[in-house]
Amino acid sequence: MPRLRRRPGMSALIQAQGLTILRPGGHETVLQDVDFRIAPGEIVTVVGPNGSGKSSLVRALLGHMPLAAGRVTRRAGLRIGYVPQRMQLDTTIPMTVRRFLSLPRRVSDDMAAQTLVRTGVGGMQSRQLTHLSGGQFQRVLLARALLHDPHLLVLDEPTQGLDQPGIVAFYTLIEDVRRQTGAAVLMVSHDLLVVMRASDRVICLNGHVCCEGTPQHVSTAPEYRALFGTGAEGTLALYRHRHDHDHDQGAPCSRASSAGAR
Amino acid sequence: MMLDDFFIRAVLAGLGVALVAGPLGSFVVWRRMAYFGDATAHAAILGVAISLAFNASIYAGTMLVALAMALAVSALATRGRAMDTVLGVMAHSALAIGLVAISFVPAARSDLSAYLFGDILAVGRADLALIWAGAVGVLAVLAWRWQRLLTASVNEDLAMAAGIDPRVERVVLSITLAVVVALSIRVVGSLLISAMLIVPAAAARGLSRTPEGMAGTATLIAAFSVLAGLWASLRLDTPAGPSIVAAAAGIFVLSQSVRPR
Repeated sequence: MPRLRRRPGMSALIQAQGLTILRPGGHETVLQDVDFRIAPGEIVTVVGPNGSGKSSLVRALLGHMPLAAGRVTRRAGLRIGYVPQRMQLDTTIPMTVRRFLSLPRRVSDDMAAQTLVRTGVGGMQSRQLTHLSGGQFQRVLLARALLHDPHLLVLDEPTQGLDQPGIVAFYTLIEDVRRQTGAAVLMVSHDLLVVMRASDRVICLNGHVCCEGTPQHVSTAPEYRALFGTGAEGTLALYRHRHDHDHDQGAPCSRASSAGAR
Repeated sequence: MMLDDFFIRAVLAGLGVALVAGPLGSFVVWRRMAYFGDATAHAAILGVAISLAFNASIYAGTMLVALAMALAVSALATRGRAMDTVLGVMAHSALAIGLVAISFVPAARSDLSAYLFGDILAVGRADLALIWAGAVGVLAVLAWRWQRLLTASVNEDLAMAAGIDPRVERVVLSITLAVVVALSIRVVGSLLISAMLIVPAAAARGLSRTPEGMAGTATLIAAFSVLAGLWASLRLDTPAGPSIVAAAAGIFVLSQSVRPR
């Protein structure tokens, strides 16, 4: 599998230093002093318990949220394809798949058809969005995010409501998309083990960066186990088969004091 | 001349409102703003009282008060309260305060029902010109910002990721709603303006496959309701505004028996 490696000197798509975010209208911090970087072609996953600031981090990186401190730099001209969290179309809005793909920028019929085929929902142009299954809907959202040739895909909990086979199939699709387009992928997820398997780098978040590194590294880090329990590690092996070759040199865990990298 | 006939003027005034009620009413339905529409429309009564007290144009007065109400409500909407309750409080308070205020204006007491339920048969040429100018203006704004308004209505996160500021689109809708409230007060009256927005759009929902289809169908239903209501008013001597809304309600009931596509 060809891989776009993070190379020194390659300009990051998004870079953030010292991010601090407050709860809207409050004084509690949601995120404290978080550094972040994503390079072209990289798949980075943010995991963490509920309320750990995962979605806030994504919103801040996209510029949707005011910062209490810190700085976010997005590469000039960066095109982002975005799949929002818990997107549910209001049933009062009639909307075909085809029409949805043209929001807000209109696309040609050809482009719409091709992109739907690419995400495994070919020929569904005339279906109503509200009549799709959860898995089909996520694939339509992904198709829409891919339309304008993004440098970076941002997926906020893209597999909520999917069953286990659906989740595995969706992440396989994400890997395929990255391979075909070279787009970097930033994901937020609850599906720890499956999503970690598909990632180059995992950031474990709980108000701050608890630990960070390769999936293998993070899953054995004490900070990660403290958050998710040791039981979480056993199943990782099931999903590791495609990552058993060398491509990660064990990026150091930024906050870990003792984590044993390979 | 044609416009000398009061009935022709009434038809044209009604069609002017119908033209804009389709698309704007669709947004009210999509964004679940029914109560929002009520609050804004009911505030118009207060606008009437103020206009009459200061001898100002009724259109200007209702528009300003409706706009203030719409902006106040949309500011509250972003603070995450129990919206249902807040809007219920605002809608009914606006009406009550407006009715109290209007009782101090002797000129308005006599024809209060004209402001509550409309007086479409009394529409003059100047009213007609204003109604059409306003309707065309609002349509132009909606057409200009259609893709942005629609994206923000579908999902605000999606809109922001595309560089659209949902707050701006909310303000655009608030302003257009206030304009339409002011235009409609002579046609269907303060109490039935939001019905004119919601009922045709709700009837169009089950018959439509796309947002544009729904907006267009809602306009056709609203226009047909205007014609049917005015016909009933002429033939059966029923009040015009309520007859128009009753016709729309009849179409809504019929539309429910159509299999949703």
